[in-house]
Amino acid sequence: MTHFLQQLLNGLSLGSLYALIALGYTMVYGILRFINFAHGDVFMIGAFTGYYCAGWLLPLFGVDHVGFGLIGIVLAAMLVCAVLGVLIEKLAYRPLRQRPKLISLITAIGVSLLLEYGGQFTFGPDPKAFLDKAPDAIRDRVQDLGLPLDGLGDLILSPLQLMTFAITLALLGALVLIVKKTRLGLAMRAISNNPTAAALMGVNNDTVISFTFALGSALAGASGILFALSYPSIDPLMGLLPGIKAFVAAVLGGIGNLPGAALGGILLGLIENFVGASAFSTYRDAITFGILILILLFRPSGILGRKQPEKV
Amino acid sequence: MSRFLGPKTLLLLALLSCLVANRATASLNSYYLQIALFIGINIILAVSLNLINGYTGQFSLGHAGFMAIGAYTSAWFSTEHAGVIFHFLGGANFFSVNILFLAALLLGGLAAALAGLLVGIPSLRLSGDYLAIVTLGFGEIIRVLIQNNEAVGASRGYGGISGYTNIFWTYTLAALTLYTVLTLVHSTYGRGFVAVRDDELAAGSSGISAIKYKVLAFTLGAFFAGVAGGLYAHTTRYINPGGFDFQLSVQIVIMVILGGMGNTAGVTLAAILLTVLLEYLRFVSSYTFLPDVLREITKNRMIIFSITLILLMLLRPDGLFGGLGRSRPGRKEAE
Amino acid sequence: MRQLSFFSWALLGILTLTAHAADAINIGEFASLTGGTASFGQSSHKGTQLAIDEINAAGGVLGRPLNLITEDDQSKAGEPSSILQKLINNDHVVAILGEIASSRSLEGAPIAQSNQIPMISPGSTNPKVTQVGDYIFRICFLDEFQGKITARYSLDTLHAKTAAILTDVKQDYSTGLAEFFKLNFTTGGGKIVSEKSYSSGDKDFRAQLTEIKSAKPDVIFVPGYYNEVAPIAIQSRQLGIKSPMIGGDGWDSPDLVRIGGRALEGNFFSNHFTPNDSTPTVHNFVAKYQAKYGDIPDAMAALGYDSAKILADAIRRAGSTGGPALRQAIAATKNFAGVTGTITINAQRNADKSAVIIGIREKQFVKVAVMQP
Repeated sequence: MTHFLQQLLNGLSLGSLYALIALGYTMVYGILRFINFAHGDVFMIGAFTGYYCAGWLLPLFGVDHVGFGLIGIVLAAMLVCAVLGVLIEKLAYRPLRQRPKLISLITAIGVSLLLEYGGQFTFGPDPKAFLDKAPDAIRDRVQDLGLPLDGLGDLILSPLQLMTFAITLALLGALVLIVKKTRLGLAMRAISNNPTAAALMGVNNDTVISFTFALGSALAGASGILFALSYPSIDPLMGLLPGIKAFVAAVLGGIGNLPGAALGGILLGLIENFVGASAFSTYRDAITFGILILILLFRPSGILGRKQPEKV
Repeated sequence: MSRFLGPKTLLLLALLSCLVANRATASLNSYYLQIALFIGINIILAVSLNLINGYTGQFSLGHAGFMAIGAYTSAWFSTEHAGVIFHFLGGANFFSVNILFLAALLLGGLAAALAGLLVGIPSLRLSGDYLAIVTLGFGEIIRVLIQNNEAVGASRGYGGISGYTNIFWTYTLAALTLYTVLTLVHSTYGRGFVAVRDDELAAGSSGISAIKYKVLAFTLGAFFAGVAGGLYAHTTRYINPGGFDFQLSVQIVIMVILGGMGNTAGVTLAAILLTVLLEYLRFVSSYTFLPDVLREITKNRMIIFSITLILLMLLRPDGLFGGLGRSRPGRKEAE
Repeated sequence: MRQLSFFSWALLGILTLTAHAADAINIGEFASLTGGTASFGQSSHKGTQLAIDEINAAGGVLGRPLNLITEDDQSKAGEPSSILQKLINNDHVVAILGEIASSRSLEGAPIAQSNQIPMISPGSTNPKVTQVGDYIFRICFLDEFQGKITARYSLDTLHAKTAAILTDVKQDYSTGLAEFFKLNFTTGGGKIVSEKSYSSGDKDFRAQLTEIKSAKPDVIFVPGYYNEVAPIAIQSRQLGIKSPMIGGDGWDSPDLVRIGGRALEGNFFSNHFTPNDSTPTVHNFVAKYQAKYGDIPDAMAALGYDSAKILADAIRRAGSTGGPALRQAIAATKNFAGVTGTITINAQRNADKSAVIIGIREKQFVKVAVMQP
C-alpha cells in the first residue's frame, strides 16, 4: 500500500508541474483559439533565467533563507518570461492574426525552433547543472530540500515537492481570481466568447491579448524554475517534451478550461508515473500521444470541456 | 503542363532520360552522386507532403514517420528475402537484383500507406492545430515502436543494407511521384482536395466527401514517403530510428512551405535548393574569411530553418515560388 | 581506385578555399561537436587536435605535415553517411578518425570499408563496429570487457549478491553493456532482482527507482550517459535508496558531478583513463592539454589523442599512405604506449588493454582499481 501511495505521490509531483504549463496553454487557446507551440520553450527560458540569476540572487538571501531566495528566482523567471511572451506575441503572432490559422501555427513552430536552437547556440547544447553558478553551500542546501522528510515512515515526500504543490495551487488560485474577479479577467472572458463583440463593447483586444500572453508565459517561467529544481539538469531542448505533454494535459482536461488544465496535468502525471513503473516504461511517451489521439477521437472537448458546436 | 506533349509522353521521356543519366553519372565522384540521390529522395518527400499539406490543407508534422516505415520495411525485405528472390531468378544478376529492389520499395510504400490510412482516419475529425500535434505524435509513436523492436535492431540501428539505389531508380520514382500527383490534382480529384482545404463544411454540403479526400491524401502521401524511405535506406545502407525524428519532419515541411503550399513545381525546386544548400553549409563553416559568428550559425541549420520559417510566414506566406504556375484551378481569397 | 572527373576537380578547386600545403597528408575526423552528445565530440576532437599539432611540430610524418579535416555530425543519425562521402571522395583523406557513439560509427564504417580507407574509432564500444570489415579498427575496449569488469568489481570488491539494472533503451551502447553485465554477474553467482528501463531525454526516473528500491538490490547498474545518470543518482538518494550505483564510460564527463552533486558520492564507473593517474605519460598529457585548452582532459580527449598518435605511428611504419598498406600497419600495432594504456590491436581489430574503475569521492573522480583483461 505504501508502495502504491509512493507512486501516487510521485505522479502528483510530476502532474503539478505539467498543470502549471498546461494553464498557460489553455489560457492562450481560450482567448485566441491558437496553440502557442513556443510555450514549452518559454518554460525553458524561465529555467535558464533561473540558472543565470542563481549566481547573484541566492547569495543575497544566504544559506539560511534559501527559501526566500528560491521565491526570488521564481519571480525573476516569471518577469523575464512575461516580457518574452509579450514580445513574441507582438512580433510574430499579432501581424498574422487575420490570416489563416495555419500560418500562425507554422510561425509558432518557427518561434519554438528559434528559441530551442538559438538557445543551443547561445547557452551551449550541453546540459547544465541548474544551480551551477550558486555557491556550493547554497547548492547543497537546496539539494537537501529534495531529501525526504522524517517521520513519514516509508513514504518519501520532500520539502521541495511540498513547495511545488503549494506554489502550483497558489498560482492556480491567483489565476482563477484574476479571471473571475477582475475587469481584465472579464475582458479576457469576453474575447474568448466573441472577439468582435468584445471590441464593440470597448475592450482593447490588443492589450488584453498581450496581458494574457504575459500571464501564461509567467506561469511557464515559474514552472521552469520548479521543474529545474526537481530535475536539476537543464538544456535548451528541455521544453519540447514537457510542452507537448502539457498540451496533451490541457486537451485532456478540456482546452480553454482552467480547472480542466490543472486536472489534466495531474492526471497525465499520474498516468505517466504508473506507466513508468510498469514494464512498458519505454513506451511512456508513445502512450502519452496515444492518450491524446484517443481523447481527440472520442471526447475532443476533454473531461471538463463543453461541446462547441461549429458555426457555419 | 504542356498540352502539346501529353503527360504520359513526358513521363516516358523522363524515364528514358533517367536511364541515360544513370549511365552517364556512373563514374561520378560518389560524394556528388550521393547528393544527387538525396535530391531525388527529397523531391519525392516534399511532393508527397505537398499533397497532404498543400493541396488538401491537412497539416502533417509526422512525415518522417512514414519515411521510417518505408525505410525499415524495404530494408528488412531486401536483406532477409534476397535469398528467395535470387533462388527463383537464377542467382544475383542484374534482373533479379532490380526486381528485388523494386519489390522492396513497393512493400515499403505499401506499409507506409497502411500507416497513412491509420493516421488519416483520426484526422477526419480534427483540423489545423490539433491535427498537427496528432501527426507529430504519430511520428513519435512510430519512432518509439521501432526503437523498442529488437527484430529490426532497435536503437542499434539496421545495417548491412545493400546499396541498390541509383540515379535511375531515384529519378524514375521522383518522376512517377510528380506524374501521379499532378495528374490527380488536375482531375476532379484535385478539385476535391482543394475543396476540402478551402472549406470543409461547404465541401461536405456540396456532396464532396471530406473523408474520402483526406484519407486518400494521407494514404497516397504516405506511400510515396515510404518509397523515399526505401531509397534512402539503400543509399546510406544503415538506418537508425533516431534519424527519423521531428527535426526531419520539419525539414520536409520547410521544403513545402518554401516552395509554396499547393505548388508542385515550386516544392520540387525548393527540395533541390534546400538539399544542395544544406550540404554546402558544411563548406561554409570552414571559410575563414567570414566572421566567426556567421560561421557558427551556419553550423546550426535549425536556427537558419526557424528564422526562414518565421520570415516566410511574416513576409511571403505563399512561399518563394508562390507566384510561379500555381496549378490550382480557381482561386479563393483567404478570409 | 577512385576516378575523378573534371567536374569534381573544378569544384574541388572552388570549394576548398583554405589553402592546404601541397604535400600535406589529409586526415578526416567526424565527431559530434554540437547536439546531444557534444561533450564527447568536443573532448575527443580536442585530444585529436592536440596530437596532430604535436606531431606537426615535430616535423610531421614521413616528412609531411598532417592536415586534420574535421566535420561535425551534430550528434545526428544520417549525417555520418554524407560526411564520410565528403571526406573520402572530396577531401581525399587517407584515413578516418571517429566516432565515439557506436551508432554513428556503424553508419560511417561501411563507407570507409567499401572505399578501402582505414577508420579508427577512438571510443565506440559496441562489438559490431569492427565487424563491419577489415578496414575498421578501434583503440578502446569493448562493452563485453566493460560488462565483465563492472560485474567482477561488484561481486568481488563491493560484495554484491543482488543487482538491479536500469538501462537506456534508446542507446544501443546502454542495452549492449547491460546485457554483458547481466551475463557476467549471473555467471559469477549474483542474482538480478530488477530490470527497468528509460529513454535518453527522460527527466523523471522515480517510477522506475521506486520499483527498484522495493527489490532491495545490493548494487544498481546504470550503463547510461551522464545526462541521465546524474538525475538518476539525485532521485535515487531522494527516494532513500542507499545502494551504490555502478556504470560504464558513458558517465565520464565533468558535467556528471556538476549536475549530480553529492548524490553521486560512493558510486563507481569503469573508464579508459583518469587524469589523476601518476604515471609520467598521463601526467605530461594532462599538462599539455591543460596548457592548450585550460581544462583537464577526460577519457574521450585521451582516446582522441591516442587514436591520432596510433594513426601517425602506423603511417610511419607503413612508409606510405595507401589504403591496404596503412591498414596492415594499423593492424600490426603492438604495445603502443598510449595515454589510455598499453595498446595492442588484436585479430578482431579491437584493442587489448586494461581499464580503470573510478570511484566518486567528495565530488572527485578517484582511481580505485585497474582491471586487466
